[in-house]
Amino acid sequence: MRDKHARAYWRANVRILAGLLSVWFFISYVCGILLADTLDAIRFGGFKLGFWIAQQGSIYVFVVLIIVYVVLMDRLDARYRSDSEQGVSREDQS
Amino acid sequence: MTVQLWTYIFVALSFGLYIGIAVWSRAASTNDFYVAGGGVHPLANGMATAADWMSAASFISMAGLISFLGRDGAFYLMGWTGGYVLLALLLAPYLRKFGKYTVPDFIGDRYYSRSARLVAIFCAISVSFVYVCGQMQGAGIVFSRFLEVDITTGVIIGMAIVFFYAVLGGMKGITYTQVAQYCVLIFAYMVPAIFISLMMTGNPIPQIGFGSELTAEYGGGYLLDRLDSLSQDLGFATYTEGQRATQDVFFITAALMFGTAGLPHVIIRFFTVPSVRDARKSAAYALIFIAILYTTAPAVAAFARTNLLNTVDNAVYEELPSWFSTWETTQLISFDDRNGDGRVQYSGDAETNELQVNRDIMVLANPEIAQLPNWVIALVAAGALAAALSTAAGLLLVISTAVSHDLLKRSLMPGISEKQELLFARLAIFVAILIAGYFGINPPGFVAEVVAFAFGLAAASFFPAIVLGIFYRRMNREGAIAGMLAGFLFTAGYIVAFKFVVPELSTPEHWWFGISPEGIGTLGTLINTVVALTVSRLYPAPPRDIQNMVEEIRLPGAVPAAVNHP
Repeated sequence: MRDKHARAYWRANVRILAGLLSVWFFISYVCGILLADTLDAIRFGGFKLGFWIAQQGSIYVFVVLIIVYVVLMDRLDARYRSDSEQGVSREDQS
Repeated sequence: MTVQLWTYIFVALSFGLYIGIAVWSRAASTNDFYVAGGGVHPLANGMATAADWMSAASFISMAGLISFLGRDGAFYLMGWTGGYVLLALLLAPYLRKFGKYTVPDFIGDRYYSRSARLVAIFCAISVSFVYVCGQMQGAGIVFSRFLEVDITTGVIIGMAIVFFYAVLGGMKGITYTQVAQYCVLIFAYMVPAIFISLMMTGNPIPQIGFGSELTAEYGGGYLLDRLDSLSQDLGFATYTEGQRATQDVFFITAALMFGTAGLPHVIIRFFTVPSVRDARKSAAYALIFIAILYTTAPAVAAFARTNLLNTVDNAVYEELPSWFSTWETTQLISFDDRNGDGRVQYSGDAETNELQVNRDIMVLANPEIAQLPNWVIALVAAGALAAALSTAAGLLLVISTAVSHDLLKRSLMPGISEKQELLFARLAIFVAILIAGYFGINPPGFVAEVVAFAFGLAAASFFPAIVLGIFYRRMNREGAIAGMLAGFLFTAGYIVAFKFVVPELSTPEHWWFGISPEGIGTLGTLINTVVALTVSRLYPAPPRDIQNMVEEIRLPGAVPAAVNHP
């Protein structure tokens, strides 16, 4: 029971990481470096988009990623904790 | 009041504050000394991490480097913030759950081996030394320019201050001093940036200002367009376009990211909070605090560059403002009137260029170039010192714990008492400060460049060993040691070869795959990972209790111990 919870928790954890790190890779390496020249064709205000992502936008996205991570993990922890407590009490009863 | 008087006032006030905090938060136990008793609030820890993290390189050099690199400068911005994402997601919570004092502790216990611990100690000490020299050098530049003492005296004053509060307070003193230093440095960075942004674009937010139009006084039009055309006219590269090879930018960014996540002095900050949940939270706070400076830096870079080009190009030498001659005396700006017309020709063409500007002075000189009030100029000096000293203190602590805790207590002399261990920790800081001071006075290169190498080394040695230790249960000691050694030696070898042995060959044609020494840490990281995975297959899986430990680290800390150990 407990092992099953631990494994489920770890899998959920790894899924969250994979999702967030794909965004991390996409915004910094793909948009900020590989496609920067292409994106520069788009302008807003005095900024070219590729330049802006490389020097500003990526950093804002990083901040958002970590905040999302904190929130998701807090939720996951809470769910796991209540699940495993129920599991323990059920075992106690049996 | 003169700039110098203001500087003395600000520096004296801020130093008094740091010393006051150090006395108030003296360390009584090794637990206090190494991890501040493990009871630091995540918000305070976030600020301390940000100050620890933002070094003289971030404060003094980064905007200057960006203003000379243009868009390519983004590898510093993305590398040094994106690495935080890796740190927060892949390392911080698990290392907090592990619950020991240092990175070599983790490596040593996870890989059940004294040799692994020794390799980790060696890497931690070398990385920290490379980095701390850059800090001392940064402090020296500030002292020599603003307090008009020579660099040697400046470095010695800086050493004495850091010594005082690091030795007295250990991690506890350092943490609370760093909170104060964060406040000083961010204030000192933002005030001139806001001033300049208002002056040049009428927008008080620098992040928006550098994408806005210039005021009529500066000739109107978008600032970045103006900067591009000014640069082109003078024969420099277009500011908003990339110059370096794409793969090189890619590799440098990755090396800085992996390095950020592998830097021991940043990692240990997450040992100081009460729980795993707090470790995650404090990583988020830290990145927010860091992002304030990091999103301002590119704006400062663009403002400074525009101002510099506007002010000096084709100006009559005799009529240049007074900041020019003060920086000339420090030899960080030099003018050579080649064609003898008494005017400054600043050009991207080496044949006709008459002006050499050291990249490290852009942030420090920026308020003067923009003719801001004297107190703002002085504030920048106090901020730069806060940035240099806070990082130096964090690094010295890593060196001292590596010696007293990892090397003596855990490896060589397990019998020593806590009191003796504390004494050795303080002695180690003392020796480390002396060595760092020596390299601060006799520096090996540009501040940020030196620091960039520390990142490459941290990336190539620690990052894969720690990540594999958490995410790959079967990783064993043979694999980890082989990986760390291969990564470290390869990266160090490449850097030493191109920077010190044959510096004349350090050009893109000779670099492997066009990767500069700054970016080679990424390849080192890959080599480390591949070697570790291959070698680990040739030897038996780690013992059962180690695999249990890995399982344990992966669970959230708030779960009662009884559930984890049935």
